[in-house]
Amino acid sequence: MSYKFHQFQVVGRGLPTESDEHPKIYRMKLWATNEVRAKSKFWYFLRKLKKVKKSNGQMLAINEIFEKNPTTIKNYGIWLRYQSRTGYHNMYKEYRDTTLNGGIEQMYTEMASRHRVRHHCIQVIKTATIPAKLCKRESTKQFHNSKIKFPLVFKKVRLPTRKLKTTYKASRPNLFV
Amino acid sequence: MPFKRYVEVGRVALVNYGKDYGKLVVIVDVIDQNRALVDAPDMVRGQINFKRLTLTDIKIDIKRVPNKKTLIAALEAGDVKNKWENSSWGRKLIVQKKRASLNDFDRFKIMLAKIKKAGVVRQELAKLKKEAA
Repeated sequence: MSYKFHQFQVVGRGLPTESDEHPKIYRMKLWATNEVRAKSKFWYFLRKLKKVKKSNGQMLAINEIFEKNPTTIKNYGIWLRYQSRTGYHNMYKEYRDTTLNGGIEQMYTEMASRHRVRHHCIQVIKTATIPAKLCKRESTKQFHNSKIKFPLVFKKVRLPTRKLKTTYKASRPNLFV
Repeated sequence: MPFKRYVEVGRVALVNYGKDYGKLVVIVDVIDQNRALVDAPDMVRGQINFKRLTLTDIKIDIKRVPNKKTLIAALEAGDVKNKWENSSWGRKLIVQKKRASLNDFDRFKIMLAKIKKAGVVRQELAKLKKEAA
């Protein structure tokens, strides 16, 4: 599974000056498509919080964070702040996925489709793995059933490889399961 | 017509698209409306879209997300391999695979066998025709 958004841990601080020999070190976890963008995002957020810029700061470390258990299903709660056409809003969304990167990617695509918000207008405030009891959204809670059972109602007939694709078929395909 | 094959924990499905094409996998958990967590003895447990699966009639008795050992034991207990290979669907797939892997000498042997079989059938038919006439 290749994800578009990767999670990075970025560590940086302002450059040491005569007045401040050991400036405070700041660490941030953020999502970006690559390392370069992650570093840029880090300075963007740090500028808003502290009086430091990329020109008078230094990057200490940037590491990619990978999912610890990509084979278990988790419920992710994501708090985000996004810019709509009329102003800024906060939102809390829940997703069921095996990895946090997958959940974040779902979030970005859902925000784009439901609210027409592009990914540069979204800031992830916080993410957390939510235990099943504390989930708030019905759409995630409906899968918290150990005896879940449902039929696949519509079978899409698809060729095993795109090479065998044809525009016309001799007979009508059977769509029943 | 009611549905007979359900997506549920323990349902055996065939992968019909993608890297794992042709594999029999077991649905081990349901992630959401479109995806399931799927496991097989020779692959790492992973997620797969329902669009890439075709459900079979075979179902084994497992709890949600068993570990690999339990899964393999349950597959043995449910006798999935034999049930699959004796089902008409499974047999057709085996024959397809065999046909695709024939070399020229095998095709020659098959041609001779087909001619022989057709000859025997025609003899019997001639005998029956004679008796009817």
